[in-house]
Amino acid sequence: MVRVVNDARILARALADPGSVAGLDADGWTALLAMARAEQLIGTLAMRVDGLAMPAAVKAILDDARAAAEHGRRAALWEAEMARRALAAVDCPVVLLKGTAFVAAGLSAGQGRSIGDLDILVPRESIDRVEAALLAAGWEWVKPDPYDDAYYRRWMHELPPLIHRERDRMIDVHHTILPLTARITPDPVALIDDSVPLENGLRTLSPNAMLIHAAAHLFADGDLAGGLRNLWDIRCLVEEFGTDGLAADAGRHGLSAQVARSLRIVDALFGAGEATVIDRLYIRRVTARDGWGRPTRPVTRLAFYIRSHWLRMPPAMLARHLWTKFRKA
Amino acid sequence: MPDALYRGPPEDGLLIAPLDAFTAVYHRASGITHLLTEPAPHILAILQERALSLDSLLDRLERDYDLADGTREALAARLDELVEAGLVARL
Amino acid sequence: MRHAFSVRIGPVGFRIGSDWRAPIAALETLYRDYPGPRDGVADFTVRLFARRPWRRFVRPSVEIGGDYMLPEAAPLPLRQGVLAAEMAMNLQMALGARRYLLLHASAVERDGRAVLMTGISGAGKSTLATLLAAKGWRFMGDEFALLDPATGLVHAFPRLISLKNEGIAAAEAAWPAARMGPLLRATPKGDIRHMVPDARAIAAMDTPAAPALLAFPRYGFANETRPVPPAEAFVRMTQASTNYVALGEAGFRGLTGLIAQVPSVAIDYPDGMSAVAQVEALWSAL
Repeated sequence: MVRVVNDARILARALADPGSVAGLDADGWTALLAMARAEQLIGTLAMRVDGLAMPAAVKAILDDARAAAEHGRRAALWEAEMARRALAAVDCPVVLLKGTAFVAAGLSAGQGRSIGDLDILVPRESIDRVEAALLAAGWEWVKPDPYDDAYYRRWMHELPPLIHRERDRMIDVHHTILPLTARITPDPVALIDDSVPLENGLRTLSPNAMLIHAAAHLFADGDLAGGLRNLWDIRCLVEEFGTDGLAADAGRHGLSAQVARSLRIVDALFGAGEATVIDRLYIRRVTARDGWGRPTRPVTRLAFYIRSHWLRMPPAMLARHLWTKFRKA
Repeated sequence: MPDALYRGPPEDGLLIAPLDAFTAVYHRASGITHLLTEPAPHILAILQERALSLDSLLDRLERDYDLADGTREALAARLDELVEAGLVARL
Repeated sequence: MRHAFSVRIGPVGFRIGSDWRAPIAALETLYRDYPGPRDGVADFTVRLFARRPWRRFVRPSVEIGGDYMLPEAAPLPLRQGVLAAEMAMNLQMALGARRYLLLHASAVERDGRAVLMTGISGAGKSTLATLLAAKGWRFMGDEFALLDPATGLVHAFPRLISLKNEGIAAAEAAWPAARMGPLLRATPKGDIRHMVPDARAIAAMDTPAAPALLAFPRYGFANETRPVPPAEAFVRMTQASTNYVALGEAGFRGLTGLIAQVPSVAIDYPDGMSAVAQVEALWSAL
């Protein structure tokens, strides 16, 4: 069977309907694996097609991917534990975010997931004590640049990045889930109040809040690189928790449009849902990957990159920020 | 304020491979490999059985070793290192 | 990608894509006796590409990419395309290999048992393996030895042998009939020439061996062998393995098992022939 592989919709289809991989020949599998690796979804793919008939070479590759995801999961949970120990004396709620939260809570969104840095959300009034406790426990600043530091503290939704000097792993400490300069301002107090405790005392966002955060991150914060993985996270959360009260919660955080769009795109990409014209632009962006794992559609990508910075700050600030960076370089 | 307790990993939480003067220790919860010299492996084994305060640990070690003066401070320093390495939790 | 080539080296299959025909043609020639990836599906994808479309033609320089990439890697001139492919394949192995513990060592086999020779670049492990193979040992690899943590056996990875500087002449003298790639002058690692392993090495690439001796060679010193204490050997091997940490428990068991069961010996040597003699003497005494 000859199939010209144009974009990552074959990956979306394989995840949503694992049985669909039955028709793949060697070239088809090769392309699918390259895309999955490039989109950080190979561990997830491995979980989804586990047990289905496939060539032995493919099974070996996917077994490796599952083992790698398991190793990543253990490392992520350990970082969370070390952060817990360091912050025990601060006595404020510590809410895990994103991939680490999914695995800590045993959610389907965490299965096979590749996890990067540790992201936590803490109350804004505790941020100085949290910073001090982390520095005392062996974390240090990644970039000691004064302008960038001031920018981060005043305008961004997180501390400048910290890395642990022995373990070489990063932690991002957030006090809200979007940059303060974005036009949308979610309510971090409500997010923390509604958070759910885990057995060890750490917390995760409530299911609706996790969905809203994923949607916020996808559309309002980033340039959509890695969007396919975020969209899969959203699909998993919806499958596991449903959408009861989601629209109302989204409205309270000013993220109704983003959540609605993300649900439509998930439905269109992984199901049979209808997409609007704009939705299709996003789908075009998140599936811009070829059978060699290369990013494609450069014009679309550039449009989204510029848009992401424009969303993060008002135009005048953006100009000033870029000018200062340019002058210092 | 009650004395801090030091607790080691659970019973099956370590893989141990004596090499020579050094012992290679694999900490399963973290995936990190540590190279330790005595008395650290012995201290870890004791703290795996139960959580102890610094002084209780000192008493326990006196049964097995001839301890010199200044040992309490040295032991506190070694425990701090094990805490930073994640092998021991300070409760 | 415009041009593509696939090959299997030991248990690892590679798919190599290129914006230029030349490196692919060179690889096809040098790897012509090797099998393809199992089931037609490669373990790793490598890409040799031009940063900008016009750089395919104007001062063509090869960027290295693939499943795993290093953003700061410097490009190479097109005439060093085979070296770029080798570096790209090494990178995929270093960052992505999980089935085996990757030991940065050369390996040769006799009677089902293997000598592993490990050390920094320039210590001579590639040249030594080549010289031993010329004396009847089966060549298993010059750069990576693959240790199966479950069985303790070492699997061959007989890629093109990467000879450097003085090692080139020594290997050419030992293997006058060997097929060679072009002499690449003034690469980032000095002069390099690739040599195709002999037919026996290629035919036997799927046969593992039990490690029996772990050698730490050091070139440019008077003849001497001495035991390496287990902890030192262990630490040096973790530093020499790019995926020890990624393999977690299996890596720990595999490596501590190797150190416990196999003698570790440092070998100082002034020239290749002395090294060969010392290795064979140690082997007889095992």
